[in-house]
Amino acid sequence: MIGINIYLALIAVATLLSMYRVFRGPTTVDRLVAVDIMTTITTGLMVLFALYYQRMIFLDVALVYAILAFGGVIAFARYMEGGL
Amino acid sequence: MNALTAIGEILVLLGTFFYFLSALGLIRMPDVYNRMQTSTKSATLGSLGVLVGVGIWALGTDFGSIPWLTKTIVIAVFLLLTNPISAHALIRAAYKSGIPLWEGSVVDKYREHLEAKEREEVEETPAEEGGEE
Repeated sequence: MIGINIYLALIAVATLLSMYRVFRGPTTVDRLVAVDIMTTITTGLMVLFALYYQRMIFLDVALVYAILAFGGVIAFARYMEGGL
Repeated sequence: MNALTAIGEILVLLGTFFYFLSALGLIRMPDVYNRMQTSTKSATLGSLGVLVGVGIWALGTDFGSIPWLTKTIVIAVFLLLTNPISAHALIRAAYKSGIPLWEGSVVDKYREHLEAKEREEVEETPAEEGGEE
């Protein structure tokens, strides 16, 4: 558990850079790409928290979050394509 | 610290570093297609590193067990399967909604494909009409 501060700092910097793209992005798809990357990063963060708090139930939360984020991104892409 | 913990910690460090690189690519790349390709690839590699690393790391601790590794590998395989699908759907939506390529881009295979298909249809249609006449 020594280096977990380093990992959390790297994840925080990555999330901040993605937030910059979400707020600044010139087109809607830019924002969607940034949100997609942020959901992937959040899944990794949940798994790290499962290890930190020593609870295996958090892994199920991460799996369900990954499934829901995938469905959301697919729905948004379909909407951008004009099919929804 | 035993060997499993050390291996897991190195994998998690690599994974979070690749997360950082993917977000950096999101900032530095010029248009949405380049951003999508660099950030999705390194985010997939980063989540693989973090998930498998956490599974191996938990095996080396006193509370960890085999189900930790199994569950993290299940999440990793799910992300490995679904990240390319969502990237493909997003880029297809971007192209269909008419976002232009960066001015430095030189290859557009999809437009070449569409133009070739259109040309074939234009060539086929008069030939069929001529055959009927």
